[in-house]
Amino acid sequence: MKTLKRRYLHEKIMITFIAFNTVAVLTPLIIILVYVFVQGIGAINLDFFTQELGSPSRAMTGRPTGLVHTIIGTLVVDALAILIALPFGIGAGVMLSEYPDHKLNPVMRVMNDTLNGMPAVLKGLLAWALVVKPMGGFSGLSGGVALAVVMLPIIARSTESALMNIPWSIREAGLAIGLPRWRVIASVVIPASKAGLVTGVLIAFARAVGEAAPLLFTSFGNNYKSSYLLGWTFGPVDTLPQRLYSLAISPYPEWHQLGWAAGIVLLFFVIVSFAIARIVVREKY
Amino acid sequence: MRSVSKLIGLALTLSLLLGINLHGQRRVELIGAGASFPAPLITAMADEYRDATNGRVTINYQSIGSGGGIRQFSEQTIMFGMSEAFLSDEIMKNIEQSTGGRAFNLPITLADVVVTYNVPGIDKGLVFDGPVIADIFLGRITRWNDRRIRNLNPDVRLPRHPIQVVHRSDGSGTTNLWTSYLTKVSDRWANNVGFATSVNWPTGVGANGNEGVAGIVRNTPGAIGYNSFAYALLNNMSYAYLENSAGNVIPPSFDATSAAANIELPTDTRILFTDTPNPIGYPVAGFAWMLCYENMEKNRTISNKQQAEELIRFIIWAITDGQQLSESLGYAQLPSAAIQKSYAMIRQMKWNGEPIGRNILDGN
Amino acid sequence: MKKRETDGSVLKEPNVKYQTSQTTLSEYLRKKRSFIYRTLGDRLFSYFIFALGFIVILTTIVMAIVLYKDGAEAIKRYGFFGFLFGRVWDPAMKIEFGAFPFIVGTLITSIGSLAISFVPALAVAIFTAEYSPRWLAHIIDNLTNLIAAIPSVIIGLWGIFVFAPWMRDTFYMNIYMWILDNNPSFAPIFGNPIGYGIATATIILAIMIVPYTTVLTVDAFKKVPKEQREAAYALGATKWEVVKMAVIPYARGGILAGVMLSFGRAIGETMAVAMLIGNKNNLPFSIIGPASTMPSVIVNEFREAVENIHLSSLIAVGFYLFIISLVVNLIAAYIQRKFSLTGARTV
Repeated sequence: MKTLKRRYLHEKIMITFIAFNTVAVLTPLIIILVYVFVQGIGAINLDFFTQELGSPSRAMTGRPTGLVHTIIGTLVVDALAILIALPFGIGAGVMLSEYPDHKLNPVMRVMNDTLNGMPAVLKGLLAWALVVKPMGGFSGLSGGVALAVVMLPIIARSTESALMNIPWSIREAGLAIGLPRWRVIASVVIPASKAGLVTGVLIAFARAVGEAAPLLFTSFGNNYKSSYLLGWTFGPVDTLPQRLYSLAISPYPEWHQLGWAAGIVLLFFVIVSFAIARIVVREKY
Repeated sequence: MRSVSKLIGLALTLSLLLGINLHGQRRVELIGAGASFPAPLITAMADEYRDATNGRVTINYQSIGSGGGIRQFSEQTIMFGMSEAFLSDEIMKNIEQSTGGRAFNLPITLADVVVTYNVPGIDKGLVFDGPVIADIFLGRITRWNDRRIRNLNPDVRLPRHPIQVVHRSDGSGTTNLWTSYLTKVSDRWANNVGFATSVNWPTGVGANGNEGVAGIVRNTPGAIGYNSFAYALLNNMSYAYLENSAGNVIPPSFDATSAAANIELPTDTRILFTDTPNPIGYPVAGFAWMLCYENMEKNRTISNKQQAEELIRFIIWAITDGQQLSESLGYAQLPSAAIQKSYAMIRQMKWNGEPIGRNILDGN
Repeated sequence: MKKRETDGSVLKEPNVKYQTSQTTLSEYLRKKRSFIYRTLGDRLFSYFIFALGFIVILTTIVMAIVLYKDGAEAIKRYGFFGFLFGRVWDPAMKIEFGAFPFIVGTLITSIGSLAISFVPALAVAIFTAEYSPRWLAHIIDNLTNLIAAIPSVIIGLWGIFVFAPWMRDTFYMNIYMWILDNNPSFAPIFGNPIGYGIATATIILAIMIVPYTTVLTVDAFKKVPKEQREAAYALGATKWEVVKMAVIPYARGGILAGVMLSFGRAIGETMAVAMLIGNKNNLPFSIIGPASTMPSVIVNEFREAVENIHLSSLIAVGFYLFIISLVVNLIAAYIQRKFSLTGARTV
C-alpha cells in the first residue's frame, strides 16, 4: 500500500510528464510555422505574385522572378478537382445518410474510410494510368483527377455528417406535407445543410492543396504560365506543393527562399480554409 | 457601341483560348523534360528565346533526370527529351519500329562532371586520380585523411572527418558519365557496379537531380558528390582536379572540356569520351543530347505542324545563338563538328513526309 | 430553443417553392399523387444517388485493378512472393527487382514513428481531455489538428534545411566520432552521419502522425461514462489514478483505432519521407543511414524508369502498398465499428 504522500508525488510527476509531452508535441509545429514565415517572408513581394519563375539564373542574377503561374495553376487544378469530386462526394454522402438501410451502405462506409486512408501517391498512380497514359501527356486535368480522388472520401464523409445533423423531424415534416422522399432530400435536407457541405469542400480543398506526390506524375510542372487558356487544363501545370518540392531540392539559395515563400502561401491556403470551415461549423451547430 | 465591345471581348476570349499573342501569331508551348545537367542552360535559353520571339514560344523544361527524359520521350508524353546518356541501340530500334523513323540525338551542350566536396577549410583543387576516387565511391576509403588522399595532396591538411558519399537517386546521365569514367579507371568498379543511368551504389546517400546532390553536398561537412560543372560554378562549390589517363592533373575548364570533345564524331553523335586519351583533356566530359523523332508527327504530344516547326527553330537557335549563354553558366560551347552533325540530322526531320527541317534551314 | 429556430427556417423553404410552383391546391395534389412524381421519382433519384455514391467503391476497386494490371509484368516475372521478398533492386546491371528493401524501410520507419509518438500522443489526449481548462483544450485541439493539416512538403522543406542538419551536428556526428574512437566495428551498423536517413525520417514521421492517435483517443475519452470516473474518485483516487484505472482501460478501443490510423498514415506518408530518408534502395540499412520506403521509391523513380520492367516493378510496389494500406485501414475500421466510435473527424 503506497502512502498518500507518495501517491501525491506520483500525481505531480504524471502531470509534469503529460504537460511536458504536450509541449513536446506542439513545439515542432510552432518551430515549423515560425521558420516558414521567417525564411519566406523576405521573398514575398509584388514580383512573387506577378512574375513567372523562369530559369534559375533569373533568380541568381536578381532579375524578377515569382510564382504567379504556380498560384494560378494550384487554383485551377484544385478547382477542377472540386468540380469532379463534388457530385460523387455529395452523392455518396447522401447515400450514407439518407438511405441508411441500403445493404451496400456498411460496405460503402468502410470503403470510403479506406479510400481516405490510401496513400496519395497511389491516387496519383491511378490518375496517371486513367488520364495521363490514354491522353498521352501530362495535364492539369490529370492532376485534378488525382486530387479529386483525394477529396472524394472527405467530401462524402462531411456531407454525411452535415446531413445527419439535420434532425429527422424535419424530414418527417416534409414527408407529412406530402412531398416524396427525393423532394425532401433535394429541397429540404440538402439546402438546410448547405453550410455543412461548404465546410466539407473547404476541408477537402485544404487537404488536397498540399498534396505533392500525386501531382509529380500528373500535372508535372511548368516554369511559366500556360500560353493559352486551355493549356491550364490540357497542358502541364505548375502547382504549389510540387513546385515547393523541386525548389526545396534545388541547390540555389534564391530558390530555397522562394520555396519558403511558397510554403507561406500554401499554409495560408490551408489554414484559412480550415479556419473558415471551423467557424462555419461552430456558428451552425 | 455595345456590339463593338462585345466583339472585342469575344476576340480577346478567343485569343486567350487559342493563344494568340499581340502580334497576331499563334503562341506555342514546347514541352520538354529530362536531364538536370543541362537544365540551368536550357531554362536560361527558354527565358531568352521567349524574349527573342516576343513571347510566341514558351519552352517548358522540367528537370527530371536523363532516365526520365528517355522514358517520357519514348512514351511520347513530351515533345523533346534531354539526356546526357545517348539512346541505347535497343531503344533506337524500338523507336524505329514504332514510328517508322529514327530517333535523333542532337548535341545541345557540352559539359564536365566534376567531383564536388565540402571539406571545412579546404577550397577547390583537391587532387584525385582514378583508382582513389573509385575507391571513395566504393566505400573503401572512408576518411578524408586517408593516406592515399594525403599522398595525392601533400600540401593540404586533411581533417579526420568521415567521407559522406552523395550520389543520384534518380536515373541520370550525369551518373552515366561518372560511372562510365569509374568503370574505365577501376577494375573493381567495373566488376562490381558497372555503368548506367542509375546503378547499385555500394555506399552513400541518394539525392534527386544534380540539384539534390549539390544541395546535400553544400549542406553536409565531409560530403563528396559529382555534379555537372555548371552546378559547381553556380553554387560556388569546391570541386576537385582529376588526373587524366596521361597522368596530368587537369582542373575542369572549357578548354579542357573542348580538348576532350575534340574527336571524330559518328554521324549520329552517339559517343562517350570519358577518360580521354588527350593529354590536356578533362577525363569526365560529355554531351547533353536533345532527343527528337525523325517523323515528328508520330510524337503524340506534338499536335500540329506549327509546333514541330517551332521546335526545329528552337533547336537551331539553341545550337547557334543560344550557345552564347553557355560559358557564363558553366558550359562549354559546342564544337563546330557537333553543330554540323546536328544540322545534318535536322535536315531529315519531317512532318507527314514534308521535310520541314530542310525547309527551315534553307529558308533561313 | 435555438435548434427549433433553425428548424423553422428550414421548413419555410419548401413552402416558398410550393407556392411558386403550383397554381391551385387541387393541381398540386394531383401532381404529388402522380406516379411519375412519386414512385418513379423516388426510384430514379435513389438510383442516381447510388450511382454517384458507388463511385467511391468503384474508385477503390479500379485502383486495385489498375495497380495489379500495370504491375503484373513484374509480379508475373518474379512471382507474388518472389517480388515481395526479392532483396535486390537493381535497375542498371542485373535489371532485377524486388520490393523487400522498401517493405523493410516502410515497416521500420512507420513502426519506429509509432513507438516514438505513442506516449506523447496519448499524453496530449489525456491533457486536453482530463487536465486542461476548456479554453486551453480548445487551443491544443486546434493546434493538433493543424499538425495534420500542414502539407507534407512543407515539413520536408523544414526537415531538409533545419531539422536534418541540426540532428547531424548535434547528435549523429558526435555519436559517430565517439563510435569511431571507441568501437569502430559498430560504425557500419550506426551508419554515416549525413543527416538524411532512417532516424531523421522516423522522427519527422512521428511528429506528423501524432494527431491521428490523439484525435481518436480524445473521442474515446469523451465516451467514458461519468459514473466510471466518479466511481474511481469516490474510491479516493488521484486524478492520474482515475485516468489510469478508469479512463484508459475504457477507451482502449479508441486508442487502438487511433494507433492503427496513425500507422496507416505513416505507411503512406510520401513527400516528407522521400525528402529526408536518403534514398538507398538496397539492404542492409543502418540506424541513421539512408533507406527507402515504398512511397518514396515510387515518387523518386516513377518519372524516370527507362525499362518497362522497372516501371512495372514500381507500380507493383504500389500494389503491395495498396494491400498493406487496405489491411491496416480495414482493421482500423473494424476496431472503430466494434467500439462504435464515430471515427476520426476530418477537421
